Amino acid sequence: MLNNSSIFLDYASTTPVDSRVIDVMLPYFNQSYGNSSSIHRMGQQAENALEESRHTIANIIGATDKEIIFTSCGSESDNLALRGVAFAQRENRNATHILISAVEHHAVSNTAIQLGELHGFDIETIPVDQYGLVDPEEVKLRIRDETAIVSIIFANNEIGSINPIHEIGEICRSLSVPFHTDAVQAAAHLPIDVNSLNIDLLSLGAHKFYGPKGVGALYIREGTPIIPAQTGGGQEFNLRAGTHNIPLIVGMSEAFILAQSDHDERNNHYSHMRDLLLSTISETILETRITGHPSKRLPNHASFAFHNVDGNTLLMMLDAAGFACSSGSACKTGSPEPSDVLLAMGLPPEWALGSLRVTLGQQTSSEDLENFLDTLPNLVDKVRQLNETN
Amino acid sequence: MSGGVDSSVAAALLVDQGFDVIGIMLRLWSEPGQESYNRCCTPDAMALAKQVAAQLEIPFYPIDAKNVFYDQVVELFIDDYVQGITPNPCLRCNRHIRWEFMLNHALAFGADFMATGHYARIQKKSDRIQLRQAVDLTKDQSYVLHVLDQEQLSHARFPLGEYAKQEVRQLARDFNLPVADRHESQDLCFLGDGDYRDFLTRNSSQAITEGKILNLDGETMGEHDGLAMYTIGQRRGLGISSGTPLYVIDKDTERNSLIIGPKGHLYKQKMWADIVNWVSISPPADPFQARVKIRYKSPEEPATIIPLGTDKVEVHFENPVRDITPGQAAVFYEDDICLGGGIIRKSS
Repeated sequence: MLNNSSIFLDYASTTPVDSRVIDVMLPYFNQSYGNSSSIHRMGQQAENALEESRHTIANIIGATDKEIIFTSCGSESDNLALRGVAFAQRENRNATHILISAVEHHAVSNTAIQLGELHGFDIETIPVDQYGLVDPEEVKLRIRDETAIVSIIFANNEIGSINPIHEIGEICRSLSVPFHTDAVQAAAHLPIDVNSLNIDLLSLGAHKFYGPKGVGALYIREGTPIIPAQTGGGQEFNLRAGTHNIPLIVGMSEAFILAQSDHDERNNHYSHMRDLLLSTISETILETRITGHPSKRLPNHASFAFHNVDGNTLLMMLDAAGFACSSGSACKTGSPEPSDVLLAMGLPPEWALGSLRVTLGQQTSSEDLENFLDTLPNLVDKVRQLNETN
Repeated sequence: MSGGVDSSVAAALLVDQGFDVIGIMLRLWSEPGQESYNRCCTPDAMALAKQVAAQLEIPFYPIDAKNVFYDQVVELFIDDYVQGITPNPCLRCNRHIRWEFMLNHALAFGADFMATGHYARIQKKSDRIQLRQAVDLTKDQSYVLHVLDQEQLSHARFPLGEYAKQEVRQLARDFNLPVADRHESQDLCFLGDGDYRDFLTRNSSQAITEGKILNLDGETMGEHDGLAMYTIGQRRGLGISSGTPLYVIDKDTERNSLIIGPKGHLYKQKMWADIVNWVSISPPADPFQARVKIRYKSPEEPATIIPLGTDKVEVHFENPVRDITPGQAAVFYEDDICLGGGIIRKSS
């Protein structure tokens, strides 16, 4: 019964830190541990590591060094982007309209909600299609003179769908509205060039691509109006106060190099397994829908909705059976609420409560997947039986 | 696992005995706005239960049971009061929530057994499994477990049945569990800190329909605030002055009247119960002697049990018994074996 070994199929939630990343981080904990703001040589070493890391990341995404701001995580990057730009735009030109999509990560949607409720911004939500994708024309229709920022997620965490970022960016560029995208999921798998994609602000989080937790970055195109969301010392070009976490920043940089090299080879490997998941589960389990786009989705990401299944119970049973998965929206309190993202795609609640996200990673083997595919139908049956008896 | 001493020690004992253990917490219904007072599943209680599970290195799964708990326990609790009877919701919770809903989940998780922190014992006797009282009679909970059937008992484990409460607290200290000194939960979980009367006032206008207080001759003695606000045997708070003390003797739901009278009328020699479940024995055909508890904490009274079919009984007490309350369970014992029990309907 209780399987004490666990197969991790939840790489969209987080990833193990690559051992090569750990190696480059270690010296910065207790050897080159200086404060990058200090005058002395220890400080200079730290500053050098910081700036090298910044340069590495900037180089990969086509940015200049001073366009990269280190933060503590993807959520903080989202917060800085939305708050920083919204307040600056209101200050500069009384622009108080914020456009987000209906499938944003909570770091964006809840930030926007607070900007609306407490600070008087006008928040408008762009609907998505049945795959959770934003139509660029819908963005164009909604941009107004007083639009302060547009924020559209690059690839959604719950359903893996990849938005037409290039086209949306083009529209924002032509109408001179700053365009932010949360690329926290996308950056682990997709090549990112902020120039060809017309991106003005882009959020990254290291732990999604085999880097450490607790570090992220925000790309801010030069000239974008923004004020700091966290004030204090003058770090990060006066945009993000706080002593630099050098070991984590160095780790993020190293992890990003690894993530952004050899995409194709890795993605082929993932997408083959992903497609096997999508097709097999659709075939073997009755009343199953694939959530998100069938092909315009992250290569490692498969997600489903099962009719009349309590998604949380299914996750617990999977865990007891030795498989760590997710429903896409973390809920550990035992109070199930249907996911906003799935509802926004038009999924009825009795489907939206039964969601399952299976995300693959470097450690996932075909054998793991076979075991998973053998186990899942039986567990879905059991949860459905529980639903019936109660 | 509720985050309390008993379920935590039960889990620790099982881990110690080498079982593969999964911790389950039920997320039960709370009155909107009162969530942080619910005695069994507040965020604090969950944090403690998680901490215990982490310490024992077992998985911990909180399961949502709000709707099923509301439908099967809370709603019927209110209904019973509307009907003029005094329910014990723990019985329905054990029957439908713990030993149906939660057991079904546990079995679906692949478990062979489900253990709780109840104080009771089980013993296999030839072809039946018997439910027995706990060694610590002051904590014995066989009263609320009499609703179980043989299938449920076959999966049940009560690791605390052999221990006294003080020993369980000591075990909690020995296991270094962060719950050793948590105080006991006493009242109904979903009432939070409040009184059931306040709860009914907020949740059922029907349960608090005012009416007449009558004496045994049918004469009007005053007004009552709703039958649900009174309990059989209650003396204070009737608002009636009289030479001899007057007590609530009965509730006449037909006329929405509270019947009061002198103390002597509280003592009854006979009562009838239905929905009888014979937990440890085959349904008996013939009258037999047993000890009877008419409430969770009442003393055991010797009586003759006369079966009326398989799920009804008439009970003749050896000595008159005070405050027999319709809606409470009557549970029958022989030695330390809980034979079964049912719901009290009337007495005379």
